[in-house]
Amino acid sequence: MSDPVKSPYIGRALKRVEDPRLVKGLATYTDDLRLPGLLHVCFLRSPHAHARVDRIDTSAARTLPGVVAVLTGADVNEHCGIVPCAAEIPDLKSPRHTVLAGDRVYFVGHPVAVAIAADPYVARDAIDAIEVDYDPLPVVVDPEEAIKAGAPLTHPDLGTNIAFTHHVTGGTDIDDAFRRADKIVKERMVHQRLTPMPIEPRAVVASYHRGDGTLTIWSSTQVPHLVRTLLPGMIAIAENKLRIVAPEVGGGFGAKLQVYAEEALCGHLAMRLGAPVKWIESRRENAAATIHGRDQIGEYEVAVKNDGTILGLKARTVADLGSYCQLLTPAIPTLTGLVLTGCYRIPAIKVDLVGVYTNKMATDAYRGAGRPEATYLIERLMDIVAREVGIDRVELRSKHFPAVADFPFQTACGVTYDSGNYQGTLAKARQLADWDQLVVQRANARAAGRLSGIGMSTYVEICAMGPSKAMPAGGWEWGCVRIEISGKVTAITGVSPHGQGQETSLAQIVADRLGVLIDDVVVLHGDTGVAHYGRDTYGSRGTALGGSALVMCIDKIVAKATTLVAHLLGVTADRVVFADGRFSAPGVERRLSWAELAGEAFIAKNLPPGLEPGLEASSFFEPANFTFPFGTHIVAVDVDRETGKVTINKYVAVDDCGIRINPLLIEGQVQGGIAHSLGQVLFERTVYDENGQLLTGEFMDYAIARAGDIPDYIMGSTVTPSPVNPLGVKGVGEAGTIGATPAIANAVIDALQPLGVRHLDLPLTPERVWRAIQQHSPVAV
Amino acid sequence: MYPAPFEYHRPATLDETIALLVQHGDEAKLLAGGHSLIPAMKLRLAVPRFIVDIGRVADLSYIRERGDGFAIGAMTTHYAVESSRMLRERCPLLPETAAHIGDVQVRNRGTIGGSLAHADPASDWPAAILALDAELEIAGPKGRRTVRAEAFFVDLLQTALASDEVLCEIRVPASSRSVAYEKTEQKASGFALAGVAVVVGNLGEVRVGITGVGPKAYRANAVESALRGQAAPTAEAIARAARHAANGVDALGDIHATPEFRVHLAEINTQRALTRAFNAR
Repeated sequence: MSDPVKSPYIGRALKRVEDPRLVKGLATYTDDLRLPGLLHVCFLRSPHAHARVDRIDTSAARTLPGVVAVLTGADVNEHCGIVPCAAEIPDLKSPRHTVLAGDRVYFVGHPVAVAIAADPYVARDAIDAIEVDYDPLPVVVDPEEAIKAGAPLTHPDLGTNIAFTHHVTGGTDIDDAFRRADKIVKERMVHQRLTPMPIEPRAVVASYHRGDGTLTIWSSTQVPHLVRTLLPGMIAIAENKLRIVAPEVGGGFGAKLQVYAEEALCGHLAMRLGAPVKWIESRRENAAATIHGRDQIGEYEVAVKNDGTILGLKARTVADLGSYCQLLTPAIPTLTGLVLTGCYRIPAIKVDLVGVYTNKMATDAYRGAGRPEATYLIERLMDIVAREVGIDRVELRSKHFPAVADFPFQTACGVTYDSGNYQGTLAKARQLADWDQLVVQRANARAAGRLSGIGMSTYVEICAMGPSKAMPAGGWEWGCVRIEISGKVTAITGVSPHGQGQETSLAQIVADRLGVLIDDVVVLHGDTGVAHYGRDTYGSRGTALGGSALVMCIDKIVAKATTLVAHLLGVTADRVVFADGRFSAPGVERRLSWAELAGEAFIAKNLPPGLEPGLEASSFFEPANFTFPFGTHIVAVDVDRETGKVTINKYVAVDDCGIRINPLLIEGQVQGGIAHSLGQVLFERTVYDENGQLLTGEFMDYAIARAGDIPDYIMGSTVTPSPVNPLGVKGVGEAGTIGATPAIANAVIDALQPLGVRHLDLPLTPERVWRAIQQHSPVAV
Repeated sequence: MYPAPFEYHRPATLDETIALLVQHGDEAKLLAGGHSLIPAMKLRLAVPRFIVDIGRVADLSYIRERGDGFAIGAMTTHYAVESSRMLRERCPLLPETAAHIGDVQVRNRGTIGGSLAHADPASDWPAAILALDAELEIAGPKGRRTVRAEAFFVDLLQTALASDEVLCEIRVPASSRSVAYEKTEQKASGFALAGVAVVVGNLGEVRVGITGVGPKAYRANAVESALRGQAAPTAEAIARAARHAANGVDALGDIHATPEFRVHLAEINTQRALTRAFNAR
């Protein structure tokens, strides 16, 4: 054994304590659970995008040997309630989305029936033996078509495809801004639909204890606590009889920030059948029936003076919600409006948003959730404005940055950026990228007839979600720290890490604050039987909020320990000194370690009057505001004129996520985020045909970035602490994918700019790029 | 994965294999490396009643010298071809092509014979096999027969193999280093949107095999004849010839590429492969 790594831990690139079990195959995922008498669940899903269900015949399926039950909506819907949507949208029109379809299916993948069998093969065979008579109904796939008069209706009973409209004006008078403009720059942009594709699809095991009436559900989820809060509203179980466990979770990216029909139904089945049940989602189901992301179409207008000064910004956006509302579906496009102005002083904004139902899977939070859309459009617009006005794009950006002294900075979108130094990340990124040299290289390449481009984005985003006032179900976070009687430390967090590495980063915080060895700290999470309360992991909140709650716990424990130490050393509390994990007092020889104190506190034979035994504290941390991380990404690309293929030659990312707890984890998060962006910019898209058939239901047709697609990254950072939590942490889980998408897109468009290309929608596939080159090239004679 | 029920057979010899195929006819499927069949079974797009696993049939996995060329057993993995020193030196088109197939895991399991017999219109091997003018040896109830590569690929997912026959060997001539495989991949699957294999013979005669563009892989005869008699064609001559890469082909279109783009890529990759192959002379 090597010597233990000693404090301080914060700021060090420690390897993840999670990794050995993952690398060795010793981690326990939901599918690894084996319970006695386990039954297997399989769903029959609609092959139609919209159809009336005239008849379901399960008789043949029910007679297959090994089949326990085959149930339809008529059997289960009255017992399982409506799939919840927590978004607070006034006048939202929402269909009753039952756990299984009723007399109508409205997207491909809509679950119609469920088979339960002793063996997963038999359950799957039973699905094939169910007969359904569908009567196809008119389908609407394109959200812009959906809002036209006479369009087929996704939900005829709602009488419209419009779920809601949302209008925001902010800052100074928008009409005045557009009147005063020398120029109005307009662009239409389509933000394509994406499929999150976590490597582990969804998975649920449910077990009902008939003796004590408790239901335990293991689910591959980001949000065990939200599931525990919301399931009692769906199935016949009390909150305090329900335990939700998120075991090892193989990726979420927002797709598992949900309460899904299948989770409720598995809970119901376990109670109804008196046996544990397991459902493991197939990849094809995951592509069709787990939420999708993005899918916004917008018309954008910028009011600008001839010197480049931007006076105002208007956005008219159509957001495709898919066919029903999952947990946050209608809220996601409204988030776009919160950071629409990006890093810039843009005094007036106007947002007109319409949320539209179509016969497709619901959209919802996908890595970045609303902010990538905002950042993409403002960063594309900055490039377009710079070109139209004839001002350098770096200068245009810098000109609109708030000064460091301007923070906290109130934006026209109605939020207050906590802290920032946008000039700092820009300068550092330009230096790391060797910007002037890049410009020379681009000029040389162009002179040689090559298509070469440089792109940048200076982004800001919203993290550490969030203050409870701004969140539908509480934005606080909970934690508990216990010094065990042995002196070991158990930290329990209400966040639910699923790949972010907070077993490591939170242990760094706890070990430093307590002055103990990190090896003596264990971080527990993801089980509502252990972490009694929490608001889970999404919106880059884990370290900023989960860590802050633990800091509050430690402050309480140190205060209590101080009282105990004063008593034991026979001094007044104000003379007790706590340093390096030891308590002492001037002039007193005896020093007390945490192990000694824990022994005294738990054995409790010599406590001062009024002091409770034990050394444990729990806390709720309520943040005063969101945090607003920021950064600059710079990308250099070449475009193959003949094939349209894009090659990334240089990638520089400088991110400021406040105080850095573990640089290794931060780099990992940023790199993963950039990989997501690279996929989104260059090849990813979810495709439905005009009949609502999903054409990208497998990895054979849905392209995600692979190792070979990833360029070398040059990574840098600046540190601007957040004032809204005691750690100064901002969050970094989504930064990469927010900053990178526009940077890469801008680089490709910059490469095509000499041909006269002004904008192309994503993804910039070889064919799309090649066609743009063809259209803009002089016709060969 | 939860395929439909099937009966599993694992014969030890080719004769046993053929007997099973004769017995079960169209209801049987041969399982080689499993990289085409198993995904189809996972989705229940393929629901064979009988699986005949030829993974243990003796002597189907080898690379041997034969005459002035090589014989490759049908069950030889892509990786074995990719890493064969003998082939790298004397038939480099095959290792180069193998390196384009899937990823390392796929190449470790997938087989050259399985891929050819499946005849996916976008798989890589057919381009190389056509450009090398390979011969394919087929075993059936009436004994063995040999088919030339051009006659082997019949249509989309259809080959000259009858339902009771087994592809057992691929024979290729040795070549110089004047070969090339240029491919544009379908980003999700890694299959070819247009893959072009070129072999330039010692006298400058050219053979071009193209995959991914039409319903089956094909020899680009018009390209070959445009270059006939030119031992060292100019760049312009190559570019002109390459424009015939998809002559007469009914190009495929899907969400990954339109027919027009596939044809364009066939021309560009033909030009690039020809240029590289001629430059290697």
